[in-house]
Amino acid sequence: MFVIKYRKIFLSFTTILVVASLILIFTWGLKPGIDFVGGSILEVSYPDGRPSTEEIQNRISNLAIGNYSVRPIGENGYIARTKYLNEEERIALVNTLSLNSSEKIIEERFNSVGPMIGEELKNKAYISIAVVILMTILFIAFAFRKISKPVSSWKYGIIAIIALFHDILIPTGVFVVLGKFAGAEVDVLFVTALLTILGYSISDTIVIFDRVRENLNLNIKMHNFKETFADTIGKSLNQTYVRSFNISFTTFLVLLSLYIFGGSTTEHFALTLIVGVIAGSYSSIFIAPALLLLMGGKDTKTK
Amino acid sequence: MWKIRIVALILLIAGISVGLFLYDSETNPNSKSHFKLGLDLASGTQLIYRADVSKLATAEVSESMQALRDVVEKRVNVFGVSEPIIQVENGGLGNSDEKRLIVELPGVTDIKKAVEMIGKTPLLEFKLVDKNYVPSEEEKKDNKISSQAFIDTGLTGRFLKLAQLQFGQQGGLSNEPVVSLNFNTEGSDLFAKITKEHIGEVLAIFLDGEPISLPVIQQEIPNGNAQISGRFTADEAKELVRNLNLGALPVPIELISTNSIGASLGQDVLNKGVSAGILGIIFVSIFLILLYRLPGLVSVVSLGMYIVIMLALFKFIPVVLTAAGIAGFILSVGVAVDANVLIFERMKEEFNEGKDNAEEAIKNGFSRAWLSIRDSNISGLITSVVLFWFGTSMVRGFALVLGIGVLVSMISAITISRTFLLSIYKKSPGRFLRFMFGAGFKG
Repeated sequence: MFVIKYRKIFLSFTTILVVASLILIFTWGLKPGIDFVGGSILEVSYPDGRPSTEEIQNRISNLAIGNYSVRPIGENGYIARTKYLNEEERIALVNTLSLNSSEKIIEERFNSVGPMIGEELKNKAYISIAVVILMTILFIAFAFRKISKPVSSWKYGIIAIIALFHDILIPTGVFVVLGKFAGAEVDVLFVTALLTILGYSISDTIVIFDRVRENLNLNIKMHNFKETFADTIGKSLNQTYVRSFNISFTTFLVLLSLYIFGGSTTEHFALTLIVGVIAGSYSSIFIAPALLLLMGGKDTKTK
Repeated sequence: MWKIRIVALILLIAGISVGLFLYDSETNPNSKSHFKLGLDLASGTQLIYRADVSKLATAEVSESMQALRDVVEKRVNVFGVSEPIIQVENGGLGNSDEKRLIVELPGVTDIKKAVEMIGKTPLLEFKLVDKNYVPSEEEKKDNKISSQAFIDTGLTGRFLKLAQLQFGQQGGLSNEPVVSLNFNTEGSDLFAKITKEHIGEVLAIFLDGEPISLPVIQQEIPNGNAQISGRFTADEAKELVRNLNLGALPVPIELISTNSIGASLGQDVLNKGVSAGILGIIFVSIFLILLYRLPGLVSVVSLGMYIVIMLALFKFIPVVLTAAGIAGFILSVGVAVDANVLIFERMKEEFNEGKDNAEEAIKNGFSRAWLSIRDSNISGLITSVVLFWFGTSMVRGFALVLGIGVLVSMISAITISRTFLLSIYKKSPGRFLRFMFGAGFKG
């Protein structure tokens, strides 16, 4: 099986990707959105054509609302991000954007989150991620509770968890890049995407490990350890990778359609999920079996 | 064999009729069971208030919050908002003592108006003149009355039983609007005491911190009736009466989060979500049919059934659909196919192991795939539950849709796909059928 044969290449490639993601996360960093730090977003459109960005910026600078950013959106709109605005400040901003009511504007969307709510949601996000990881570890322990020979069950668990971290680090790294160049901000949907990836990427790995276990038993019973561990893993992969790929591919197809046609609300969400699905599928086929061979190889030889 | 075909036919007819019903209930203008759309799709405003309960005894908090909810609901209803949602929620982590009021107003996109209609508390106060107050030079010059010149009596709109609009009672100008106030027992006693002890003094009536009437107390008023006359037009008086009767908010509130989506943006998000869903389903169907031929077609039919069941559930639970919820549904379509793929791959192995009896292979494929299906769905369910807890209302929609999707897809894969597959299989297939089944299985 080529995956096993060239495992060092795949492992190195993955290590580079993970390290690169970590570096990106710690240097450029994730850009927190208003969901988590509080702030306001106001999107307006000008049915009769929008004024120039400079004009808008000049006028907003005169308002005492601190730092802000204004980006054009669509064909005739602007989107302004500011600190948390109260009702008077919001009215002042709307008034400014309409150039003191001389331009007709439509308020497409206003979203304002108080700093306290943001802080609260941020804590909730950390706890949610921790809980899902913990539950997944328990689930893995449960799924592998019966088998401990010849490879101890905790090793399957550890590898599954390594794969899990791989699967959320890569999309997070991609999101950092997205934040840098496309202004993507970490919002509730991003956390949702991560949690969803956590929930789904693990099942692929478990399916493949299930097969390895089954074949290890077969090898013990029927072939009296004639097969090497590498062959057993290779055989198990051969039996499962088509299915793994097909499953991920259907999910990929729907997400792709969501990304392309689903509009801007869920665009980054869909992209994060797509990267997560690819990373998840890749790690269960290319990484988890290779790691299993690395960690469990000794156990099988001593028998 | 015939039995299972009849069951398959019944399933198919049931699926089609539910589909037709769904189509009719969405397109028929008289229908009362449209999908429930969240504010981000239907447009509207969500306001989150923090209620200041620090001055209340712990035992009173939940009752006061209920009263707050009721007052806000009354105010919203007066403005004719259709199907508003007003909920009391506890603050999140670390702030669990905090009480919040979440107000969702579908169709309302004028935030200013919404905030006003909820937050406008007519604060009615009765104050006596402070005899020790020395007006500043500026005040004397402008002949203005500073609110500092008055002292609180403790009598406020809180003690009000009823406010009414009357015309021209104070003699003189007969068409002048007058607001007549009727205090409750406690308020009447207080009012009687004040009027008794301060005959000849001015008892100023303040509305929202501004003096609106400065009557002089002529005599003790024991019956709890007072009148405000003076500076308003009939319309203003009418509005004041209505606001006074709706009552002051029992708990002070502060706006801490606003979310408002305009009509055109919401519609745009909805349209895009729906077209992304339809295209996604088409892509997956093409892929399944190319890959698995006849069984692929079967799984497309059962995917159709899955979609119909899900949509029917959305209607009848009902699930409030948000942009994230639609994304969740689209994702769940991809995941729902998983179970079918697992089953087909298992069946393929059964065939490859040389089992010629296809019926047995189909049945074995299903029973052996079940464990994998169950395992992968358990982790999906764990995620859905945590997400639901994590969620803001937007994410809750996603979690709920995904969770329901996991359960329904499990059921539809192991019952519906199985029934269809078993019903079309022939014991001695012709060349055409062998080809149709072949691609998926003998490869």
